[in-house]
Amino acid sequence: MFAVERYRRAESVADAVRLLAEDPFSIPIAGGTDILVKLREGHRQYANLVDVHGLAELESIILDTDGTLCVGAGATFTQVMESPLVREHAPVLAEGASWVAGPQIRNVGTIGGNICNGSVCADSVPPLLVLDAELELAGPEGLRRTPLRGFHTGPGIVARGQAEVLTKVLVPAPPRGAFAAASLKYAMRRAMDITTIGCAASVLLDGESIVWLKLAFSVAAPTPVRCPSAEAAASGKPLTAQTVEAVKKTVEVDVAPRTSWRAPADFRMHIIRELSERAMRTAVQRAGGGIR
Amino acid sequence: MNVEITFTVNGQTLSARVHPGTSLLDLLRDQGFTGTKQGCGVGECGACTVLVNQLPVDSCLFLAVWAQGKAVRTIEGEALGNVLSPVQEAYLDAGAVQCGFCTPGLIMNSTAFVEKHQGQTVSREDIRRGHAGNLCRCTGYTTIVDAVERCLKK
Ligand SMILES: Cc1cc2nc3c(=O)[nH]c(=O)nc-3n(C[C@H](O)[C@H](O)[C@H](O)COP(=O)(O)OP(=O)(O)OC[C@H]3O[C@@H](n4cnc5c(N)ncnc54)[C@H](O)[C@@H]3O)c2cc1C
Ligand code: FES
Ligand code: FES
Repeated sequence: MFAVERYRRAESVADAVRLLAEDPFSIPIAGGTDILVKLREGHRQYANLVDVHGLAELESIILDTDGTLCVGAGATFTQVMESPLVREHAPVLAEGASWVAGPQIRNVGTIGGNICNGSVCADSVPPLLVLDAELELAGPEGLRRTPLRGFHTGPGIVARGQAEVLTKVLVPAPPRGAFAAASLKYAMRRAMDITTIGCAASVLLDGESIVWLKLAFSVAAPTPVRCPSAEAAASGKPLTAQTVEAVKKTVEVDVAPRTSWRAPADFRMHIIRELSERAMRTAVQRAGGGIR
Repeated sequence: MNVEITFTVNGQTLSARVHPGTSLLDLLRDQGFTGTKQGCGVGECGACTVLVNQLPVDSCLFLAVWAQGKAVRTIEGEALGNVLSPVQEAYLDAGAVQCGFCTPGLIMNSTAFVEKHQGQTVSREDIRRGHAGNLCRCTGYTTIVDAVERCLKK
C-alpha cells in the first residue's frame, strides 16, 4: 500500500486547480510512475494527491488553425508515439517518447508528468526544447503560457505554481523549407534505462548551408539545456565537416556534466560531443542535406 | 478516505472499497487473483503486468482506483477451462517457461502485443522492444521471442 495521506479526485482541470489551491501541501498525480515510486521510497511530500489521471480534458492531441500542435499534458507516451498528428507535425517528439522505459510505463506515464517532474533525465524534454515548445498552465488566476526553455530552474525543480496544472504542450508549426530534427539517447541498454546523456537537434537548411541549428541536452547540466554557443557555431555556416567540428568544440561552453555513479564527467563530455555530431548529422540528413 | 470502485476482471464485475493508496496489484491478489506476481514493486520487472482496457500496465504502479469502470484482464482469464490461449500454447510449444515467475506478466504483455500486431510484419527486434518491460531471469528470452513470433505467423 502506498502511504497516501490525503486523496481527492479532480473531475476537471478547474476542479484540480481548486483542490490544489485549497491544500498547499497537495500535488497533482497523473500516471504516478514517478510519484508512486517516490511514495514507496517513503517521501512524505508526495502523500497529498489531487488525481488528474485520465482526465479526458488533458488527453487530446490537436492541431490549431495556426499550425500549432497542442499535446494534452495527460497524453501518455504511447498516445504521443502513436498520434498521427505528432508523427506528421513533430516526429522528433514521437522519437523521444519511444526512448522512455518499456511499453507498460509508456502506457501510463504522461508527457506532462515527464516535464513537471523536473528531472534532468526526462526523455521528452530535449526534443521539445529544439522545437521551441511552450507550456500552457491553468492556475487560480487563469491560464498562462510560458516557454519550456527556462521552465526547469534546478535539479528536480520547475517554475510551476503549487496550484497550477500543466494543461498543454504547444509545439509551433515547423518552419517552411528544409527542416528536420532528431532525438538520441545514450544509455547502457536500449530499453528500461535512465538516460546517461540525451540529445536533440533541429536544423533548417538552405541549399549547402545551415540557416540555423538548435541543440539541446538532458543530463548535461543541472537542468535540461539548449546550447546557444554551439548553435551560433553552426547557424549561417556551410554544411561542412569543419562546421560539425566547430559545434563539437563549442558545445563544451554550454554544458556542465557532472560525475555520478552512472558515468564520470569526462566520459559524459565525450558522449556530449559525439551526440552533438550524430544528432546534427541525422537531422541534416532527414532535412535532405548532406555534410561535405 | 476509502473509495468505492467497480470494474471487471476477466469479464466478471468486481466491486470493492479501497484505500486510495492501494495498488491494483494488491487489490487483485487480495481478491484471489494470485496469478499476477510481484517482483520489484517499482515498474522495472513487469511480473505484475495486467491489461487495463487492452493495454499492458504494471499493476504494482497503478492505483486500484484508476481501474474504476475499466476492463482488467489477468492471467486467470486466459485459459478457457482446460484450453490454453494461443499465446499460452505457443509458450508451451516454444519452451518459453522455466521457473515461471515472470510468465503470467509476460503472457499478458505478449497477448496484448499479438492482438495489436496481428497481420503486420514484425521483426524479432520489434518483439524484443515490445517486451522490454518484462524481465526473465531463466529463459534467455530467445524462446519467448520464438513463441510470440509463432503466434504472429499463425
Ligand atoms: C521503471 C521506470 C522507468 C522509467 N524510465 C524512464 C525513461 O526512460 N525516461 C524518462 O524520461 N522517464 C522515465 N521514467 C520516469 C517516468 O515514467 C516519467 O517521468 C513520466 O513521464 C512521469 O509521468 P507520470 O504521469 O507518471 O507522472 P506522475 O508520477 O503522476 O507525476 C510526476 C510529477 O509531475 C507532476 N505532474 C504530473 N502531471 C501534471 C500536470 N498535468 N500538471 C502539473 N503537474 C503534474 C506531479 O505532481 C509530479 O511532481 C521511468 C519510470 C519508471 C518507474
Ligand atoms: S512488480 Fe510491477 S514491475 Fe516489477
Ligand atoms: S522463467 Fe524464470 S524468470 Fe522467467
